[in-house]
Amino acid sequence: MSATARTRRLSTALAVTTALVLGATACSGTTKDDANKEDAKSAAAGKADPNAATKKGLTVAFLPKQVNNPYFTTSDNGGKKALAELGSTYKEVGTSSGTDTSGQVSYVNTLTQQQVDGIAVSAQDPGALCTALKQAMKNGVSVVTYDSDTKADCRNVFVSQASAEDLGRTQVQQIARQIGGKGEIAILSAAQTATNQNTWIDYMKDELKKPAYKDIKLVTTAYGDDDAQKSFQQTQGLLQEHPKLKGIISPTTVGIKAAAQYLSGSKYKGKVKLTGLGTPNDMRAYVKNGTVEAFELWDPAKLGALAAHTAVALESGQISGKEGETFKAGDLGEFTVGKDGVVSLGKPTVFDKKNIDQFTF
Amino acid sequence: MPENLKADSLRSVVRWDTAVGALLIVLLLCSFSFVDNFGNALNVSFLIGNTLPIALIALPMTMLVVSGEVDLSVGSTAGLSGAVMGALWNEGMAIETIIPVCLVLGLVCGLVNGLLVTRLGLPSLAVTIGTMAAYRGIAQIVLGSDSVTDFPSSYLDFGAGHIGDTFVPYAFLPFLVLLGIAVVVLHATRVGRSLFAIGASEEAARFSGVRVKRLKLSMFVTTGLLAALTGVFWALHYASARYDNATGLELSVIAAVLLGGIDFDGGKGTLGGAIAGVFLLGTLQNVMSLLNVSAQSQIVVTGVLLVISVLAPRVGRRIAQARARRKTAAAPPPVPAAP
Repeated sequence: MSATARTRRLSTALAVTTALVLGATACSGTTKDDANKEDAKSAAAGKADPNAATKKGLTVAFLPKQVNNPYFTTSDNGGKKALAELGSTYKEVGTSSGTDTSGQVSYVNTLTQQQVDGIAVSAQDPGALCTALKQAMKNGVSVVTYDSDTKADCRNVFVSQASAEDLGRTQVQQIARQIGGKGEIAILSAAQTATNQNTWIDYMKDELKKPAYKDIKLVTTAYGDDDAQKSFQQTQGLLQEHPKLKGIISPTTVGIKAAAQYLSGSKYKGKVKLTGLGTPNDMRAYVKNGTVEAFELWDPAKLGALAAHTAVALESGQISGKEGETFKAGDLGEFTVGKDGVVSLGKPTVFDKKNIDQFTF
Repeated sequence: MPENLKADSLRSVVRWDTAVGALLIVLLLCSFSFVDNFGNALNVSFLIGNTLPIALIALPMTMLVVSGEVDLSVGSTAGLSGAVMGALWNEGMAIETIIPVCLVLGLVCGLVNGLLVTRLGLPSLAVTIGTMAAYRGIAQIVLGSDSVTDFPSSYLDFGAGHIGDTFVPYAFLPFLVLLGIAVVVLHATRVGRSLFAIGASEEAARFSGVRVKRLKLSMFVTTGLLAALTGVFWALHYASARYDNATGLELSVIAAVLLGGIDFDGGKGTLGGAIAGVFLLGTLQNVMSLLNVSAQSQIVVTGVLLVISVLAPRVGRRIAQARARRKTAAAPPPVPAAP
């Protein structure tokens, strides 16, 4: 008896709460659209003096997406070397998981606390680090993002691995050279919704419109969803459907490796050309056994070095992150800050039989 | 004799609590004097902000453990609450509506745990291991691998900011209110006394008129509610709503509560001890980060502390019992019973 009464009371309470909540929905509140409008303000920047002396004895901390990841280890070691040459101190901290955003926030906070002079961070998420990074900048820390950016007002400069345009166009130039300028080609991408992949593919299509490529025909784009097995099957499918296929571009490290794996075990080995974006460690065997002639990626060590130089240049007052400012980055040469405070590393590095053994990542 | 033992164990609990509190004060004093950059307002606000999620859940968790139960699904409930928050925000719903929805959701999660434990009589450890996986799974279905970060800045500032130039995070004030309520409920009301009674002996509590099931159910519901609140705070504090938010939070909470002298068998402990335990672990973590101790080593230190905190009171009790037994053995033997 009392049990039913209690249940009834409980359900009444729940019903009332639900009604209240639904009522609140009807009233207006802060929604996503409001918040977007609110974010329209832009970042302020100080004055820069390109001739200011380069400061020594600074501490620059690298916060990669994930520590002990070979790609970031190579990149951060590039930063370490550059900082040693500049007479400054390097340190690296970070989470062991590539998706531990709250861990990354904590690390930014700790670095702010330790009063480092600069932070070079590869953001796991474009928005999650914002509050912490703004707090760091407010406390006088120069913030550089590398490899993976945050929103533009949450850092001073983004050091970009290569422009999307360069990456797209050079991959077409590569495949055109390898197939001798004529024949059918296909693209093996990651997910159909992957923004960076689609941007590159758009530039590839634009490059193909040039008269130099009039004999090359892009027959299809396949999607392997960055899954090794699926990419492998998609490669198989491409070759069966298009027997005259001469070349494949795979602008994803998972896709190019799976495609190389399929080609190296098939009768198409060496006949159908394959290029795209891959890492030397993944592709070394296929380059050596003749499946792949050349592929490309940016050099992560140079990326790290440029991030280090940028942080020091910011801290020395040579740049402030405004468009058009220039600074020298040691052996890497002179760089110009582009739109939205982006510094681009430049054209991607091409890896082939001759140079692949110089890279370990 | 039972009176004697009770007084004994009571004293050992008090001693452990005080020890943890004193240790916290010593650690704070040492850090203020010897660790660079520890003492400034910004760092102390970071310390409190990072520890708040654990402290929030520690309030109902202490009560649950005192009554002899445990809830391992709190981290998943927090994650689910964050995931739903992100998904609804993407749908364009107002944040003022989303937060109550998340809290109601937490209530329901707690209700499910509570009903499974009290109605089906299943052990809470097993039930909440199950729901821990289930709630996390639902969170992943709701939000996928997306992360939502564009919440309104006034809310993000509340989650991550602190009052002016002081060390007090905004979110600390509501926590203090909740702490006050929890202390009064556990240590100065009939509900609190009943929880201790249930933890000491459920059977005895039932026979003396405590409505064991109802009380436990309401404790599970409260825990779910506060776990959801923590999920909302977590998403705002770290400006990131993801399905894997607050993974492993339950272990930090239980570690801190045990360190604070709450007996895992139930019936013993104080909220003051639990909160001292929470902030002891939080401060240690902060100091270790400032001293560049690697994350892996930090985990080892936490683990060792946990083992010590579970072991020490037990060893103390053993020694006390052995001493009492020796005392009884030395006393003249009782009058033999008639054959």
